Parts: sequence; C-alpha cells; structure tokens
Amino acid sequence: MAMITDTPPPVGNTQSIKGFTSQLTKVYAFYTGGFLGFVILLAIAEAMGLPKAWIGYCFLVLTVLLYAGIGIMSRTSDADEYYVAGRRVPAIFNGMATGADWMSAASFIGMAGTLYLTGYSGLAFIMGWTGGYCLVALFLAPYLRKFGQFTIPDFLGARYGGHAPRFVGIVIAILCSFTYVVAQIYGVGLITTRLSGVDFTLGIFVGLGGILVCSFLGGMRAVTWTQVAQYIILIIAYMTPLIWLSVKQTGIPIPQAVYGMQLQKVTELEIKLNADPKELEVRGIFKARSDDAKALLKDIPASMATGKAALEANLATAKSNNDAAAIKTAEDAIAKFPKDEVAAKAAWSKEAALAARAAPIAAHGEAFAAKDEAARTIAKKNFLALILCLMVGTAALPHILMRYYTTPSVKDARASVTWSLFFIFLLYFSAPALAVLVKYVVYHDLVGTAFTALPAWVANWQAVDPSLLSLADINADGIVQRAEIAIGGDIVVLATPEIAGLPYVVSGLVAAGGLAAALSTADGLLLTIANALSHDLYYKMIDPNAPVARRVMLSKTLLLVVAVLAALVAAQKPADILFLVSAAFSLAAAGFFPALTLGIFWKRATGIAATLGMAAGVGITFYYMATTQPWLREMFLGIPRAVPAELWWDINPISAGIFGIPLGFVVIVLVSMVTKAPSEEIQHLIEDVRYPNLKRA
Amino acid sequence: MKLTERHKEYWSKNLRITSILLAVWFVVTFVVSWFARELSFNFFGWPFSFYMGAQGALVIYVWIIWYYARYMNRLDMEYGVDEGED
Repeated sequence: MAMITDTPPPVGNTQSIKGFTSQLTKVYAFYTGGFLGFVILLAIAEAMGLPKAWIGYCFLVLTVLLYAGIGIMSRTSDADEYYVAGRRVPAIFNGMATGADWMSAASFIGMAGTLYLTGYSGLAFIMGWTGGYCLVALFLAPYLRKFGQFTIPDFLGARYGGHAPRFVGIVIAILCSFTYVVAQIYGVGLITTRLSGVDFTLGIFVGLGGILVCSFLGGMRAVTWTQVAQYIILIIAYMTPLIWLSVKQTGIPIPQAVYGMQLQKVTELEIKLNADPKELEVRGIFKARSDDAKALLKDIPASMATGKAALEANLATAKSNNDAAAIKTAEDAIAKFPKDEVAAKAAWSKEAALAARAAPIAAHGEAFAAKDEAARTIAKKNFLALILCLMVGTAALPHILMRYYTTPSVKDARASVTWSLFFIFLLYFSAPALAVLVKYVVYHDLVGTAFTALPAWVANWQAVDPSLLSLADINADGIVQRAEIAIGGDIVVLATPEIAGLPYVVSGLVAAGGLAAALSTADGLLLTIANALSHDLYYKMIDPNAPVARRVMLSKTLLLVVAVLAALVAAQKPADILFLVSAAFSLAAAGFFPALTLGIFWKRATGIAATLGMAAGVGITFYYMATTQPWLREMFLGIPRAVPAELWWDINPISAGIFGIPLGFVVIVLVSMVTKAPSEEIQHLIEDVRYPNLKRA
Repeated sequence: MKLTERHKEYWSKNLRITSILLAVWFVVTFVVSWFARELSFNFFGWPFSFYMGAQGALVIYVWIIWYYARYMNRLDMEYGVDEGED
C-alpha cells in the first residue's frame, strides 16, 4: 500500500504549466486556422471542378495523416507519459480531449436522428449523456485525481485490497469497453466507406490504421493531443451546416436560441398533416396491407396454397384469352411469390410491420406521447430509467474516468470536468435544434412536392442507401405525402449540408467530423482495454517486478491485438449497434458506480463486499439483458426473436442497469456490515483521497 | 496520525454542498421529467418540459459543476488543504 508515498506531490510548477498552456493554445489556434484554410481551398477547388470523390479522399487522407502525425510526434515509452500523458494536461485541453473521447459516432451522427424520429423521448440521451458529468464531478473526478495512479482497477485494488476486487474490475472494464469499441469501429467503417467509396471491411481496416498509429506509438499522451485536434474538427463540422440551415429558415445564425419558433410551426404542421385526407388515404393503404399480411401469417402453408392457386388461375385465364400483357403480369406475379415457407414468413412479416407507418404522427414536442394513460406511464418509467442508467454509466465508464488522472492537480481535475461538460454541451444542445430544423424542411418543403420535382438531395440519398431515405407514391396521386416518406435517423446529420444547399465540401467536412468522433472514442477505449490487461493484470497481478519498458511494450502489443479483434467482430456487422452502446453504459453503471463511490464516501466498505457487489450488479444486469433483449436472447438461449419477453415492471432491456445499480449498493452495504472492517492503512488511504493536500496533525 | 477537527469540518462541508447540488441535479432531471406532461406550457415557443430536457437542464448541469469546483477550491484554501498553486 505504498502508493501514497511514491506518488509525486501534486504541486505542479506553476510557471511551466502556464507557459505550456499558452504554447498549446498557440499551436491549436494555428492548427484550427490551417484546417479552415484547407476547407476553403477545397471549396475553391470544387468550384473549379474538382470531382466529389476527390474531395472525399482529400478529407480522409488529410485527417488520418494529421492524427497519425500527432501520434508520431507524441511517441513515448515513458510510463507516466504513456499512461497519463505526464499528468500535465491543462484543464481546458483535457476538457476538449474528454469531449472528443466522450462523443462517439452515435452522438455525432445518431443523436439528431434519434431526436428526429422520437421527439421528446430522445431527450433521454441528451440529459443522460450530459447530467452524468454532475456525478463525475461530485463523486469521482477530484478523488481519483488525488489517488493519482493509472487505471480504475488500480483504485479498486488499492482501496479494497487484494486481487479479487482488481480482477473483477478488469473484467468489467474490458466487458464494457469492448462492446463499446466494436460499435465505434463499425462507425469508422461506415463513414470511411461513405467518404471514399471503398469496401466496408477495407474501410474498417483503413480507419483502424488511423487509430493505431496514434494510440500505439504514444499512448495517453498521443491520444490526448489527437483528441483535442479531433474535437476541433468535429465541432466545426457539426455547427457549419446547422448554422447555415438556421439562417436559411429563420434568418438568425443562432439556431439553439430560435428553434422554439420552428418547433411551433412543426407542431402546427403535424396537426394539419394528421387531418389531411390524402395522408389518411396513404395510412389507410398501409393499414390494409398490414392487415392482409397478418391474415396470411396466421396459417402460412394454407395461405401459400391459396395464394399460389389464385395466381395460377389468373395465368390460366390470361392464357385462354391469349392476352400477352396479362400473361406477362401473371407470370411475374408467380415469380415474385415466396418460394417456401421461410421466405413467405419473412416477406409477410415485413408487410405486417407496415402497421407502424399507418400510425398518425406523434407530436415532436409532446412528452410520453402514447395511446392511453397506461402506455404513457410505461413510457415515462422507461424514460426516467434510461436517463438514470446513462447518467450513472457516464460516471462509471473507465475510459472517461481515466482522463481525470491526466490533469496536473485536484483543482485542475475539478475545472476539467466543467470544461468537459461545456465542450460536450456545445454539441448536445445543438442536436435537438438540428432535428427540429430538418423536420421543418421535410414537413414544410418536401411534403406536397410533386414526385416529378423532388429536390436533388432526395434523389441522391435514395440512391446511396434506401434504408436512409425512400419515397414511394403509395396512393398514386403524384404528390409526396408525409406517410410516403420512410426516413432513417442517420440521414439527419449526413444530409444537412445538401438540404441547406451547401457545396459538397461541407458534406466531406461532416463525414470527417463523424470520423473524428468515432476515431477519438475508439482510441480512448482501446487504451483502456490494453492498460487493464498490461498494467492491472500483468504488472499488478502476475509480475510486479516487470520493468517499465516491458510493461509499455506489452500494452502496445495488446492494443494491436485487441484492435484487430474488435475490427474482426465489427466486420461481421453485428446487429443492433445502438443497443451495444447502451449496454456498455448499463454494465459499467451497475459494475463500477457503487464500488467506486462507496469506496470514497464510506470507510466501512470492505473488499469482499465490493467484489460481490460488483459481480452481483453486473450479473443481474447481464442476466436481464440476456433474457429480454431479442438479439441476445436468440444468441444465448436460442429463443426466437418474435417471442415476447417477460419484462420486469415493463422496463426495457436497454435500461437493465436500473436493477444492477441498487443491487450493487445493497450487496456492498450488507456484506460490509458482516465482514471485518478495512485495515487502518486503507482507512488512511481513504482520508488522503478526500483532501487535496492532507498535512496530518 | 489523527485528522483534526478542522479536517472533519472541511469534509462535512464538502458533504453538505455535494448533497445540495445533488438535490438540484435530481429535481432538474427527474422531478421535471416526471411532471413533463403537466409542465408543457409555452416557454418562448418550446413546451417547457421539452426546453428543460433539450437546454435548461444542460445549462444547470454545467452550472452545478462550475459552482462545485469554485466552492471547493475556496474551501481548500480556507482549510489549508489546497495544493499550493497560484
């Protein structure tokens, strides 16, 4: 338990830190200017006729080279530099790095889309992923910084003593970081593909190269300085099209302040569209198609027999009339008819799902919109449960907590949380505005257009990926109805530049921003996993005499192995990426939060209790997910997805942490009461952690 | 090797401000969301509960963290447990 004595005093050299900060500010100001200059140059080149594909390549190559360059300049083999960036990252820069580390592809691309599709319910993500920083600031960051080691299992090992708590910590850290990193690498692959047109698997490995050069060579130090650079790119990329769209719609360049007005207009349009006879007609058609398919699904073999017989009868009639056109139609219909029962089930289930498009528009601004009071209560419960899981998860994800080890002092750690949330806030309070502005465009401009006069962006995106946007003239009146538009969430961010009528170079910029968001998060996560294995498992548990050079080398090797593993998993395109991300939050929340906070705020918490509490929290969370989430249930238990799950108190599997968090606390408290109090040495460690600079009497 | 009364006082003040700020966080997040349907009066164009979820709560979160950092840095100085910079 010698860590207190061998930790260097937290007092930094004020002069050198100030000099360092101002030097950094200069470097990054220069960098931002350079980046903007590059974008302007490309815009000029585009105006002069540079093809779109080349603009995409330029963004991809330049940004990845840039990150690699920072990685090479920051290469290091020194343990302090490698694990915690030398503990001299100024608060504001650590805030930016945390912002980039935090905001993943899901935040950058998915968030506004989720808000577009779900309205008020999507705000659970906005509040959950920001409010969690209050818990980080109040319960963890300053204390972890005072403790001043390298990883989160480090803290568990020292505070609770023995290998068991550290080992459980390692397992949880790897479990939640790995699920999360797979989702990021998947995002990298998607964006690289879109930016350059290369194959998805190749895209994953190109992106991986960018991640690795950086974290492999310089560890936390390289990752930190790259993340600052990535934050700057991603925030410019997010704001540019949004501000432009706002100017076009409202004439005011501060969308966050004025989109209330647009929301009112959207609400009026929703009411108007819900009563529109043409809309009702389209929805009626969907309802009828869905009902037909449901009837067919009731007895598939019989439906197939009658369906086929009817079609063959048609063909026979057509043949007897000798009508060539009718014969052709009838033959096509037979060719299209499902070949076997499996195909029939798939095709008809898809038709039956059209029921969703027959529903009226749910009001964007209405909280817990649902058909009756009972459904509203369930929506409310799930909304609150999701917020809690995301918040507590935020305050328990090791790759975020680890960042607060890198500041020069406790005081800087506190300031750094403020900056982190401020930089995250900039993007998060813009996302709801973007969703509303794009919705206004769709409801106001797109609905009511003739199918022959669709704007160019609609045609472009329909061609890129029909799951993102597809329009079909269901009622054959030649005019677009709202119910005829099927939209995927991701398009909201990706297509904004085109919707706003900006040149292609801005689309490239947005894709580069998404890439920065995904790469920066992946960097932080890979580093967490590699450190958990090399530092916690190997150095602290297997070979405590391992020299520094070997530990760092081992961490680098593991980083490579884990990255390739994650890429291989991501290349399989696992289902349900959003679920993977949210699962990481629930697991981290239930696993780490009770043990970490009680470790600091309750001296009586014992090692056995913490080990059991962490295991119980993660255990029940995982159990609930595995028995209720359709995809996991199919994988682990072999239950088909269509079978309805037995939910506890109607809580969705995404919020499984709601059971794990309290259980973790209860187990730790109860078991602590019946086990021997922690040693005096550990009690002193806790006291030391509580005071930034404790001079004992 | 004992903590002094001053140290204990520092810690209890820390716990007090932590609880107060946590209560603010709780009200802004969970109480407001619980009554979201009741609180949907017009607030500069937004329904109030929507505004809180999209912006209001976020501003208060940043304020909570900023205020805590400022309060604790001053408390450190007052009780002589600061790290001696600046």
